[in-house]
Amino acid sequence: MALELRDQVSQGAEPAAPVKPADLHAVKNGAAVGSPAGRATSGLEPVVRIRGYGRSFGERTVLTGIDLDIRDGELVALLGASGSGKSTLLRALSGQDPAADGHVVVPKERAVAFQDHRLLPWKKVWRNVLIGVPKGRRADALAALEEVGIASLANAWPGTLSGGEAQRVALARAFIRHPKLLLLDEPFGALDALTRLRMHRLLRELCARHNPATLLVTHDVDEAITLADRIVVISDRRISLDHRVGNDPSARNGTEALALRARLLSELGVDPTHPRHENQEN
Amino acid sequence: MSAFAYEREVVVGKSADDSPPRPVARRLAGGAAGGWRRVWASRWTRFLGPLLILAIWQLAVSVGHMHADELPSPANVWKTGRQLTANGTLTTALLVSLRRVALGLLLGVTIGGGLALLSGLSLVGERLIDPVMHMFRTMPVLALLPLFVLWFGIGEKAKVFLIGWAVIFPIYINLYAGVRSVDEKLVTAGKVLGLSRWGLIRHVILPGAWPQFLTGLRLALGVSWLVLVAAEEINATSGLGYLIINAQNLLETNVIFVGLIVYSLLGLTTDILVRLVERWTLSWRSSFVTK
Repeated sequence: MALELRDQVSQGAEPAAPVKPADLHAVKNGAAVGSPAGRATSGLEPVVRIRGYGRSFGERTVLTGIDLDIRDGELVALLGASGSGKSTLLRALSGQDPAADGHVVVPKERAVAFQDHRLLPWKKVWRNVLIGVPKGRRADALAALEEVGIASLANAWPGTLSGGEAQRVALARAFIRHPKLLLLDEPFGALDALTRLRMHRLLRELCARHNPATLLVTHDVDEAITLADRIVVISDRRISLDHRVGNDPSARNGTEALALRARLLSELGVDPTHPRHENQEN
Repeated sequence: MSAFAYEREVVVGKSADDSPPRPVARRLAGGAAGGWRRVWASRWTRFLGPLLILAIWQLAVSVGHMHADELPSPANVWKTGRQLTANGTLTTALLVSLRRVALGLLLGVTIGGGLALLSGLSLVGERLIDPVMHMFRTMPVLALLPLFVLWFGIGEKAKVFLIGWAVIFPIYINLYAGVRSVDEKLVTAGKVLGLSRWGLIRHVILPGAWPQFLTGLRLALGVSWLVLVAAEEINATSGLGYLIINAQNLLETNVIFVGLIVYSLLGLTTDILVRLVERWTLSWRSSFVTK
C-alpha cells in the first residue's frame, strides 16, 4: 500500500504546486505513488482520499475496492457488523497497517481514540494527555482537560477514573494535537447509555470547535444518525451505502430519521420490523 | 510471599478504616469477638509469631537437657551479640559482607538487566541471548564456586563475581518477561500518538516492565545473601560467613546463632527496602491507590 501523509502546508497554502518530496512523509513501504489529483482549488478538497483500498488476511479478503473521501470538518460514521472490516480500515488510516492494498492519502496531523481508553496507567492524567506532544507543557494539558470538563482530575491516576472520565481524557489527548483527521474506533461502545449521550454532545462540541475530518467507526445505528454528517455502511467487503444526513432537525429526529434507521438496519442485515433485533454476527 | 502478606494487610487496614462494618462477618465472629478483630487488625500483631518462637526456644533450653554448646539460650545469644558488636567484630564482618553483596548486586543487575533489555526489545537479541541464559541458569551456582576461585583467586573478586552471576538470572528472567508482557494495545496507542522508538521504550515499555523487575530484584536480593554465605564459608578471612565458620571450628555455638540471626535480619531489611521502593514507584497501581 502506498500511504501518503500530507502536512498542513502542502494542503492549503500552496495549492497549485506539485507535491514536493518534503511535503510527503511516506511510511513503511512508502514509495508515495502519484500526487493527489484535483487538490488544487477549493476548500472542499478532501482531507482523506482512499482509492482502491483492500485488505486480505491470508485467503480471506475482508475489504476490497474501497473508495472514500472525507472533507475538512466532516464527520463520517462508518457502520458495519462486527468483523466487517471497519476497524481494519481505521487502522490503515492511522498508519498502523502497512500490509494493505490501494492508495491512501491522509494528513500527518492525526489522532486516534479507541474503545478502551488506553491511558498509560503509570502516568497521571495530565501527563497522559501530553504523550507524544512535542514540548507539551502542563498548562496545555490543563487547557485540553478543561475543554472536556475534567480539569480537576489532572493529577489523578487513570486507574481511579470511571469509564466516562477516562474516555474524556482520551478525547483531550486526541484534540490537544489539533488533528486534521480524527479517528474514533467505537469510542463510546463500552459506556453506559446516559454517559454515552453526554459524550455525544461533548464530541459534537469539540468537532464544531476544532473542525477536524472525523471517521467514527461504530456498530450503533442510532449513534451514527445522531452524530454523523455522512453515514457509510460496509457490508460484504464493500461500501454498500453512502448516505448524507440532512441538516434540518427532522433528519436526526422524527420520521425521516426512523426511515433512515430502518434502511441502515436492513443494509446491515437486520430485519428492522422485528421488535427485538440484534446485530448480525458473521 | 511477604509481598502477598503485605498487600493483604493493606486491604485489611483499609476495610477496617474506610468501609462500614460488614454485618455477616460480625455475626460470624460473634458479639464480643468484634474487639478481637480490631486487635488482630493492628500491624503489631505481626511480631507475635517471632515472639512465640523465642518463647519456645527459651522453653527448650530451660526444660530440655540441651547443653549450651548445642543450643545456647536466647539471653546468651543476646549477650554474645552485644559483645561482638562492642568489640567491633560483628560490625566489621557486617560491613565487609554488605560491600560484597552491594558490588555483586550492582554487577548482576547491570548485566542481567542489560541482557534482558537487549533480548526483550529485539529479535536478534532474543535469538542470541535467551537460549544461552536458560542454559546457564540451570547450572547450580555453588558448583561454580571452585571454578571462580580458580579463575579469580580467593580474594574479593571471586565472591563478588559469584554473587553477580547468581543475581543475573532472576533479574534477566523477570525483566525479560516484564518487557514482553507489556500490553500490546498500549504500545499501539503509543505509536499512534507519535512516540518514537525510544519514546515507546521510555514511556510505555520500561514503566510497564517495572513491577516485574522489582519482583526480580527481590529474588535477586535473597539469592545474593545465600551465595554470599556459601562463598564466605568456603574461603574467606572476613565477613559474616567467615565469622560463622570460624565459630564452628571453635565450637562457639552462640556466635553461630548471632551470625544466623544477623543474616535473617539483613534479608528482612533488604526486603523492606524493596517494598518501600514498590510503594513509592507503583503508587499508580489500583491496589495501592487509596482514594
